Amino acid sequence: MQDQSRAPIYEALENLKYMRIVPFDVPGHKRGKGNPDLTEFLGQKCMSVDVNAMKILDNLCHPVSVIKEAEELAAEAFGAAHAFLMVGGTTSAIQAMILSVCKKGDKIILPRNVHKSVINALILCGAIPVYVNPHTNHRIGIALGMSLEGVKEAIEQYPDAKAVLVNNPTYYGICSNIKEITNLAHKHGIKVLADEAHGTHFYFGENFPISAMAAGADMAAVSMHKSGGSLTQSSFLLTGKNVNANYVRQIINLMQTTSGSYLLMASLDLSRRYLALHGKEVFGNVAKLAQYAREEINKIGDYYAYSREIVNGDTVYDFDITKLSINTLDIGLAGIEVYDILRDEYDIQTEFGDIGNILAYISMGDRKSDTERLISALAEIRRRYKKSRVGMLEYEYISPLVVYAPQEAFYAEKESVPIAESKDRICAEFVMSYPPGIPILAPGEQITDKIIEYIEYAKEKGCLMTGPEDMELKRLNVMKGV
Amino acid sequence: MEFWYSENHTDNVKFSIRVDKQLFSGKSEFQRIDIFESEEYGRFLTLDGYMMLTEKDEFVYHEMITHVPMAVHPCVKDVLVIGGGDGGVLRELVKYDTIERIDLVEIDKMVIDVCKEYLPSVACCFDDERLTVYYEDGLKYIRRCANMYDLIIVDSTDPFGPGEGLFTREFYGSCSNALREDGIMVNQHESAFYKNDAIAMQRAHKRIIESFPISRVYQAHIPSYPSGLWLFGFSSLKYHPVRDMNAKKWNSLGIKTKYYNTNLHRGAFYLPNYIEELLENVEQAI
Repeated sequence: MQDQSRAPIYEALENLKYMRIVPFDVPGHKRGKGNPDLTEFLGQKCMSVDVNAMKILDNLCHPVSVIKEAEELAAEAFGAAHAFLMVGGTTSAIQAMILSVCKKGDKIILPRNVHKSVINALILCGAIPVYVNPHTNHRIGIALGMSLEGVKEAIEQYPDAKAVLVNNPTYYGICSNIKEITNLAHKHGIKVLADEAHGTHFYFGENFPISAMAAGADMAAVSMHKSGGSLTQSSFLLTGKNVNANYVRQIINLMQTTSGSYLLMASLDLSRRYLALHGKEVFGNVAKLAQYAREEINKIGDYYAYSREIVNGDTVYDFDITKLSINTLDIGLAGIEVYDILRDEYDIQTEFGDIGNILAYISMGDRKSDTERLISALAEIRRRYKKSRVGMLEYEYISPLVVYAPQEAFYAEKESVPIAESKDRICAEFVMSYPPGIPILAPGEQITDKIIEYIEYAKEKGCLMTGPEDMELKRLNVMKGV
Repeated sequence: MEFWYSENHTDNVKFSIRVDKQLFSGKSEFQRIDIFESEEYGRFLTLDGYMMLTEKDEFVYHEMITHVPMAVHPCVKDVLVIGGGDGGVLRELVKYDTIERIDLVEIDKMVIDVCKEYLPSVACCFDDERLTVYYEDGLKYIRRCANMYDLIIVDSTDPFGPGEGLFTREFYGSCSNALREDGIMVNQHESAFYKNDAIAMQRAHKRIIESFPISRVYQAHIPSYPSGLWLFGFSSLKYHPVRDMNAKKWNSLGIKTKYYNTNLHRGAFYLPNYIEELLENVEQAI
């Protein structure tokens, strides 16, 4: 057992303050003195620890002292064989994870509702996606998890696949049966990777779905900065016992900055300490608050704040009760419309709105009184805006037709065509409704009528559509001559 | 020995009262509560260090937030007080025999308990038979009410801390829904003199006019509050605060007051130009 009340990076930074070292190294603001405006804005305390790697602070690319200790403490806290401090967001953790197990032409089994960073990683490494239909809950209109059977079929069809990637959980809090998927994959010599961008708290709270490391997965990308409370862009990459951590470090160093931010690293260190010491209590309160809000919102009528009742033992194997996802279709408004009204008229910013749902992110920083505001605002929106549900297109899973590997399509010769004329062509870029950042089209996929219809509808409903070169999404890049 | 209570009215302006002694200090689930005794202002209550009321000038606030709507509405039977744990509004309300029911929603029970013990001249009417006290978040209470009250008095703290939710559109919208069709809402409306207070005042006004067809602001002189000039909001679905005031009827009730009278009622709605301008800026933006 290590002493989880230690925070080696934070302690080293505190020591540095007393050493009164004269900095003739970068960063050039020299503890803030050279940039008074920024120092006024962020504060002297913050600037004084924005420093460069040096002997007493270790080096993120090749840790031997305090960063190494911080990684060991984190590994223990998360129940992993090794933990890497990541300063390029969970995106960088996901990329490193996939590049560690997949090379060009390798197959990776994954649900369609992956984050775009996963498919971007496929463009980087040239792996070929094998999508498993995550199925849809039609009542709430969201994509779910992978069924065990679906993964089994994919493995039978592609026994040479190198990895299975699992969302644990999805943005909406849906968990697949990661334990059985892991057992199955391992039987076939396939590695299991988990996107745990929304699952940090599984490692520290009670009565939450199983974490990837506890389920025996090989690697997990964990957004400490989401439910874990660290600074934005700081994450952990965890590895299990059958993964060569030194090779993973090499992969990380291919793309990672050599000027890792000590603000980010210290925030990871202190957040890990806080959760290791107080996580049970902290996340117990988060779960209670989310449950309270859910009950009150369901009492309003027409809104549906869902929870464990949607668990079906397969595509919804478990549910993360801290996620306050609310279906809005029965008040006659799209989720994105409620999201906009909350922000514009009630000064309430929620995490996202999609076609049928909003997600209010409940975390360790929330107060009961603010939750009352959200509930009351939703009650008011219903009172003022309720109309009939008729005419609402619902979300439906559109099975992708992967014709080329994402890398091949992305780098192929392209031409731009109006969306309406893109039917049957092979898309050479992404189309994403963001958030929640799930691809409608990825490079290498054939465009269909249904996809065109969905893009037009999501645009009309005010979803932020990203990915394509044409920012207004009137045209799409497709592969030339195909 | 020098013992002073000080409150920063802005970053650069401070208001101080020489204190004789501190009578109470405690921390509830929601805030820190203190009672001081002073030579000049008598006893006074602070929450998280912010001045709430003094024995010397509380009459101004409580009379103005209560008698103005009571002189306008022809027949108030059901009243809701949000906040008001010190009992001052309640003391003014019980002077009216027509009132049949008073619901008071105070989030912090300790405020009521402390005021009963240390401010008996203010918290004097909690035994009134018409009264029911709910210890609850006002925002939560009101969202369940529809078409229930003739008058809602929002006696809140400032728009930061526990009172924050009472300056929001969701709150004012719920209030308009909780009122009968000729109901009136009166609220503590901050001040317009110092910049930060003025911004809060404008925000509140914006959120109120989005929910009520009639909403006017009126003023009173309260020496212990920042700048001494304090504002209240009068909002209604039907009645105009000056044209619909029935002076003859109110005066016939024979209610004894120290600040309020029906002439002052009219005058309170005539505002200085700088305040009119702040309000117009908000109204024109809608």
